Formats: sequence, C-alpha cells, structure tokens
Amino acid sequence: MCAIRTSDQTIDEILDLAAAHFKVSRERLTPDDDFFKTLGIDSLQALDLLTKLENHFHIELPDYELQGVSDFRTLASRIRSRL
Amino acid sequence: MDQFKGRALSWELNDGIVELALNREPCNEIGSMTLSELESFAGALKALEGEAHALIIYSQRSCGFCAGADLRELYCQSQKMARTEAASGVRRFLERIHRVMNAIDASPLITVAAVHGVIFGGGFELALACDLIIADKTARFCFPELRLGLIPGFGGIPRMKRDLGNAMVRDLLLTGRSFNATKMQQAGLVSQLVSEGEALHVARATAAQLKKFDRYTAARAKEFVKPIPYEELKQEIDLFCDLFTRPAVEAGLRKFVESTEAQPYLP
Repeated sequence: MCAIRTSDQTIDEILDLAAAHFKVSRERLTPDDDFFKTLGIDSLQALDLLTKLENHFHIELPDYELQGVSDFRTLASRIRSRL
Repeated sequence: MDQFKGRALSWELNDGIVELALNREPCNEIGSMTLSELESFAGALKALEGEAHALIIYSQRSCGFCAGADLRELYCQSQKMARTEAASGVRRFLERIHRVMNAIDASPLITVAAVHGVIFGGGFELALACDLIIADKTARFCFPELRLGLIPGFGGIPRMKRDLGNAMVRDLLLTGRSFNATKMQQAGLVSQLVSEGEALHVARATAAQLKKFDRYTAARAKEFVKPIPYEELKQEIDLFCDLFTRPAVEAGLRKFVESTEAQPYLP
C-alpha cells in the first residue's frame, strides 16, 4: 500500500529535487520562493525541472498548467492534483 | 567526404556508422546557417550510403537535441522585407529544409535520433524523419507553433500522422503542450527510454547490432514500414505559407523575440 503524501511532504520532495538538480543549497530554498529567481533558471530549465518532477512523482503535468506558477508551494498544489 | 566540421554541425563516418552531431548555441536552433550545413550533409549522404549502414543524429548541446526553427532570424529577416517577399523567402526555406528531411527519411541507412532535453518544433521534426528515436529521461517533445499563429512547417504534421495515433497528434498540435519521454514511449514514438546521458551510447549499440543485417534487406524493410507522405508534405508547406502572411504571426513572433519573461517557451 502506498503512503499518502501530505502537502508538506510534497513540497519537501520538490525542494530536495530542485536543490539537487540545480546544485543549490537545500537550506536556501523555502516553499514561497520564486523558483525562477531562487534557482536562477529560465523557461527551458523550468521544463527540465518539470520533467524531473513528472518522473519523480510518476505523473503527467501539462506545462500550460504551470503558466503563471513561479513558487514551489503552488507548484506542489498542481502536482498534488495529479497524484 | 567521410567527415565534416562546420559551425552548426559536424559529421563523421566510423566503422559503418555515420554520426551527425548538432552543435550550435544556444540549443541548435535551425536557421540559414544550420540549414546550409544540413544541405551539405544531405548532399554527402548519397556517398555515405555506399559505405555505411546506419546514421545517428544527436546533439552536443546540454540543453537538448534541438529547440526548433531560429525564430529570431525568421522574425528579423521578415522585418526587412515586404510581406509577399517574406512569404516567398519562407517558402524557399521550407522547400530546402523539406528536401533535407526527405533525404534523411528516405535514406536506405537505418537512422537513429539519440535525443535528450528539448526536442521542440523543427527539432522534433528532425527526430520524426528518423527511423528510431532513442530518448533519455530528460527528453521533452513539443510542437509550440500554434502559440505563434503557425503550424509546424518542416514536415512534422504528416510524419506525426504517420507515426502516432490521433489522440497524440491532436494533443501535440492543438494544445502545444510538451510531453516527456515516458509518455512518448507509451505513445509508440520513442523506441528505447534510457538513463540520463545514455541516449548516444545506446544508439551506438543499436547501430552496431544493425550492422549484422544485410543492408539491402534492411533498406527494403524500412521502405515497406515507413512510407513517405510526399503529397501531405507539400500541402503542409502551402498551409504554412498561407498562415505566415497573417498579422497574428508577426505579432506572435515579435512577442516571442522581444519577450523578457521567464517563461516564453511555456505555451
């Protein structure tokens, strides 16, 4: 039986993954950060992050659902809607 | 010519395998320089076909395989011309790139696209011209052209119709959203899904296996399972050129080129 993730767990997993992938300190990242600014990434790198997240959570997340999303907390809520 | 090193790409023949490497900053956008070198490659292909059994196309750029047409060049060039002149220029460009894509599609060599990262627009169309697509887990496929008021123009629609089911064709074309490699494998387009950074290695191993087979038989088998939709390819050029003269396209291109937003690639 799969354990159900809480919102906080989902956010933590996203932050862990983003920190590891873009090689930034995990301590620097908080749920309400603008990930474009905090990670210093552009739209192509954001798509790279999306691919990582889809693979990690085993979901399909249409990229148009991310339009206007720039903080980890909202990203987590989009992901949770697909879990 | 067994090898070539240009400004946008290079190729070499080794042990019966031709490797075409794309390498133009930032992400192998296809503009006039890349097209010219692709034409050189297509011109050399006939001679290479006599010595090789397989062709691998891959990217040396970390961002991905290819981000598609060089939209900045397209916009800047079209701004210097009257609309009818720009449309004629676009048609000439499309006819040239179609000849390259058709040469790869029809080649008796077994062709493998080894892809990672961004495979957008014209890059996706180049991969679709190949017989096999081997993708690593970072790969992301997309036709974002509708965002610009356009359609794919390098032969992508007929080849997508040939190789994918209706649901995927319509979703890719009409929503402009991107799909990861897992989804594209499930859809039947990606033949092998491999770990990050492994697509080229696996493509080389695949090409080595192909060497064991009779080349003539392999070429005939390819021809049998992969017909080229020449008539629809011509229709795609006509439709693209018809749409290109609309003001919405100029506005879409301008918005893309002048965008300072962090998300210009997100449809």
